Amino acid sequence: MLADYSILLISAILVNNFVLVQFLGLCPFMGVSNKLETAMGMSMATTFVLTLASACSHLTYNLLLEPLGLEYLRTISFILVIAVVVQFTEMVVRKSSPLLHRVLGVYLPLITTNCAVLGVALLNLNKDHNFLQSLFYGFGAALGFSLVLVLFAALRERLAVADVPEPFEGAAIGMVTAGMMALAFMGFAGLV
Amino acid sequence: MTLIRISSPHAHGSDSTASVMRRVLIATVPGVIALTWFFGFGSLVNIIWASLVAVACEALALTLRRKPLGFYLQDYSALVTATLLGIALPPYAPWWLIAIGVASAILMAKHLYGGLGYNPFNPAMVGYVVLLISFPVQMTAWAPPRGLGEVPGLLQALQACFLPAQYDAVTMATPLDMVRQNNSLLLEDLWRDPLFGRWAGIGWEWVNLAFLAGGLWLLYRRVFSWHAPVAMLASLGLMAALFYDGGSSASGGSPLFHLLSGATMFGAFFIITDPVSSAVSVRGRLIFGALIGTLVYLIRAWGNYPDAVAFAVLVANFSAPFIDHYTQPRSYGHSKSGGQP
Repeated sequence: MLADYSILLISAILVNNFVLVQFLGLCPFMGVSNKLETAMGMSMATTFVLTLASACSHLTYNLLLEPLGLEYLRTISFILVIAVVVQFTEMVVRKSSPLLHRVLGVYLPLITTNCAVLGVALLNLNKDHNFLQSLFYGFGAALGFSLVLVLFAALRERLAVADVPEPFEGAAIGMVTAGMMALAFMGFAGLV
Repeated sequence: MTLIRISSPHAHGSDSTASVMRRVLIATVPGVIALTWFFGFGSLVNIIWASLVAVACEALALTLRRKPLGFYLQDYSALVTATLLGIALPPYAPWWLIAIGVASAILMAKHLYGGLGYNPFNPAMVGYVVLLISFPVQMTAWAPPRGLGEVPGLLQALQACFLPAQYDAVTMATPLDMVRQNNSLLLEDLWRDPLFGRWAGIGWEWVNLAFLAGGLWLLYRRVFSWHAPVAMLASLGLMAALFYDGGSSASGGSPLFHLLSGATMFGAFFIITDPVSSAVSVRGRLIFGALIGTLVYLIRAWGNYPDAVAFAVLVANFSAPFIDHYTQPRSYGHSKSGGQP
């Protein structure tokens, strides 16, 4: 039981890392990784939203869509659920901790468009996860996303001062670096 | 006339990039001799062909970037990358394999980032991983060591490299492969296989000891500090000791087996000590080395690949800036946050 959940976590964090192995959530990965501090804020917000959205979409599917025979509406209803969760998170954070809200700023609403969030919700369905498994899978996916995002942000701060050839400056060398990181993560294949 | 007041000691450091690189090249000699003795001339041919390709790639990149050729070619850094990659590749590899590896190392991992001093990843290991993922068959074909098969001569080595179609390669599982795939024998029974020697695989143990000797000489010449290699070897030994249960088929081999197998010593002293792509601070280097040792054991014991030094080094290179960010030493006279104490 405990082993199952830890395998699920390790699988989502390292072996099937959402960014470097499944290539989901690349937009915030490239967009918010220029500074370490914003990357930290983004990863905290994403962790919260991803875990919550993963659980909520599981409930939506099993308690609402399936009994009503509306399975074909899952994608659109998951998007709705994710938007609601993000909005809810923003409201709670604004009321309870204005400081954190200011740090996260525009990145909070942007999570709605993070395809990793929708990806986790749909993958949970594909893999027939139960409620707890969905929760853990979402949490693991978020931890993997955060780990890679934060490490990449620290690396990009170093790249910013490197003497990169002009055609490769900025996003181009970022993509090349992300590719090499994906190569490194292939070494984890088979761990679970 | 202005007088510059500089306090003593007035010592002059004669170290330059070229002299450091030359020392690294010299330190690989015992390891290369051991490889040549046990596996034949394959590694030597690898190194020479890789060096030629590396110098050509370096010259191409420097010309494209309009940098002075002579100055940068004389720092030996391309030769060091080529030598390290040539040692890491299996002997009797075909010429195109080596060329692709060297080109990815020099052009992609080094010059796309601006050349020596800016590369976040170890170029030789990027070349190795690119090859391992693209050509797994050629990359896992290791020749049998002396004592288990005929060791090919120089001519055969040249033929294997440049006319691979006409060469009948004899290959054999490495000791790490054997231990990785073994799930029915006790280690004691496995050890009766002629592939194993006293502590690890025949040949492999001496190759590792030779690289250890070269590495210790570099340490003595203060080319690098002891922190990263010691942390890596200690964490690898500790992991192996924790999971070693006296010899069942599930256990991954004794700590000594892991320390003297595969690329352990070569990685510990020649790869992870790269000053550019490793962590910089003292505490950072300890964490960096320990991370590599742990990952090497994890992937060797449970991953798909029999050896893991290249993957572990790339993951750690990727984490190095983050590690550095949190292990910045306090500068004298300032508090941790940078203000007055």
